[in-house]
Amino acid sequence: MIHRESGTFKRTYGEEMALYPFPLPRYTVLAVLVVVFAVVPYVASDYHLGLLNLIGIACLGAIGLNILVGYTGQISVGHAAFMSVGAYTAANLVVRGGLPWWVAMPCGGAMAALVGTFFGLPSLRIKGLYLAISTLAAQLIIEWVLNHVTYLSGGVGASIYVQRPTLFGFEMKSNFAFYYLIYLILMGGVVFALNLFRTHLGRSLIAVRDRDVAAEIIGINIFRTKLTAFAISSFYAGITGVLYTYYYGVANYEAFQLPISIQFLAMVIIGGLGSVLGSIFGAIFITMLPIGLDIALREIGFSLLGWDDSVVASIVTQVQLMMFGGLIMFFLVVEPDGLNKLWNNIKDYFKVWPFPYL
Amino acid sequence: MMYHIELLLNGLMVGALYSLIALGFVLIYKASDVINFAQGELVMFAGYIVAASLQLYGLPLLLAILLGLGGMILLGYLVETIVLQHLVGRPVVAIIMATIGLASFLQGLAPFFWGIETKNIPLPISDEPLFLGDILLNRIEVIAGGLSLVLFGVVGWLFTKSRTGIALRAIADDQQVSLAMGIDVKHYFAVAWGIAGIVALVGAIIWGNAIGVDVQLALVGLKVFPVVILGGLDSILGAVVGGLIVGAVESMAAGFIDPYVGGGTKDFTPYVLMILVLMIRPYGLFGKEDIERV
Repeated sequence: MIHRESGTFKRTYGEEMALYPFPLPRYTVLAVLVVVFAVVPYVASDYHLGLLNLIGIACLGAIGLNILVGYTGQISVGHAAFMSVGAYTAANLVVRGGLPWWVAMPCGGAMAALVGTFFGLPSLRIKGLYLAISTLAAQLIIEWVLNHVTYLSGGVGASIYVQRPTLFGFEMKSNFAFYYLIYLILMGGVVFALNLFRTHLGRSLIAVRDRDVAAEIIGINIFRTKLTAFAISSFYAGITGVLYTYYYGVANYEAFQLPISIQFLAMVIIGGLGSVLGSIFGAIFITMLPIGLDIALREIGFSLLGWDDSVVASIVTQVQLMMFGGLIMFFLVVEPDGLNKLWNNIKDYFKVWPFPYL
Repeated sequence: MMYHIELLLNGLMVGALYSLIALGFVLIYKASDVINFAQGELVMFAGYIVAASLQLYGLPLLLAILLGLGGMILLGYLVETIVLQHLVGRPVVAIIMATIGLASFLQGLAPFFWGIETKNIPLPISDEPLFLGDILLNRIEVIAGGLSLVLFGVVGWLFTKSRTGIALRAIADDQQVSLAMGIDVKHYFAVAWGIAGIVALVGAIIWGNAIGVDVQLALVGLKVFPVVILGGLDSILGAVVGGLIVGAVESMAAGFIDPYVGGGTKDFTPYVLMILVLMIRPYGLFGKEDIERV
């Protein structure tokens, strides 16, 4: 959204506070929407649509986590577990309760919000590292419960199989149909998140992050604010979990283990803490990383080092883990504001281009 | 009744090992205020160095251990100078994330070089169990327990009597004042990481001998958090007591509850215990009571 700010005069308070105060970004948003909903699904192949669906789901989860970590300053190492709560709730409601998906999905989100809020309770007494450890406990406890309480998790292998959602008798079997569902929900999530931080609640979240004592002094109820942040963030996580369940066709706790929690944290950090656009960058980057790495290893390994498939297959996981960890550390040390900051730098450069001395 | 005592004693032996691994965590936290989520991975990495020297390169045990010692000190030093030094003064979340990144990095690095296959660290100790009356004890666990106690004595002495230890305690107390008194804070951070690396090596040799060396070895790191929360994050005594309690509790819980729920209680009870401690006494049994509440 490269644009000039000169020549735009604001006459009312409403114009000043608009989400997109300049004309060009407004058109850009419109263009992005057209591309996402009218061009991409018709151009992309089925494989690429599948990838885009995964990216869309990851974006939703990353935005939710960013509301908690980036905007409110509370860390959660148990986000994947909250996703699994949403996933199993919805799967149970659909398979055993026979409810339609559009009832089960918000129920999954609500259940995740409830559980997330419960494990957020320690954040009232403790913060920082203690909170990280207690959410880690949440992750392990929820995993254990799903693995051992067969009433909740459907017996053998703790898996519940679900069918793709149907609407007016049409089952969204193809990636194409599912693409619309995911991206419509994602759009809702983005709009909600962008607007949240223009409201009283959103600003109190930021105040709590920046200085909790000061926030309390100016009359923000920290108790309620922190718990609301946990609830909103876990609601996003729950919906993400439900979408994963529908996408894979099965609710299984193995899709929501500790490494996934860390993956989502990596998205938020690499993308940029405290930025919705950054969460999207991070989600795209982390989802594409394994695929890009696989291709790169094959290209380089085959031509330069004389490897074959088995060599690549045997090291790809390790290289992935190293890239993951290395990138997290790299971004924390070199560019703490993540990809979003890089994007802003590019924007700033072009703002005065070609007269950088102005 | 014998069965219960056996459960308890075996739990305590394993607990001594947990204390040992938690000790590395406490050392780093005490000196540099860094919450190290990669303690388990440090143990795994140390285990990999020793096991790979033994099996892949055919070195004698003593040389392998010396190599592990050098490797871990170097690793600690590199982590401190390349990553953590730049994060001083940044929010806790950033430091936690950096160590999580380090954990992931080490999990990839070790098997990348030395393969994912499980390796053994054979020690010249016989497998025959010891009998204490009618109670059956695992020989290696008894030796491990004893070794842990010795190591705790050494570290305790180091912290209270030696020049290094006094500097480390000064830094833990107040970084700025220590700098003003002419203590090279960065150097001592690296020293703390080096000591933590050595402690991890001892844990790795014993634990790796018991369960083999592969990426699963890092899972022992997950036990560190209940131990340090229970004992208090900055207390060496707390690490000992916390480790013993966690070991005993999980062994007892596994003995009593496992038959009903089909296993896995061991991984679960320490965390329930920890949540309870966090709610009631967040600074732990022996920790400093200066936890911030908002």
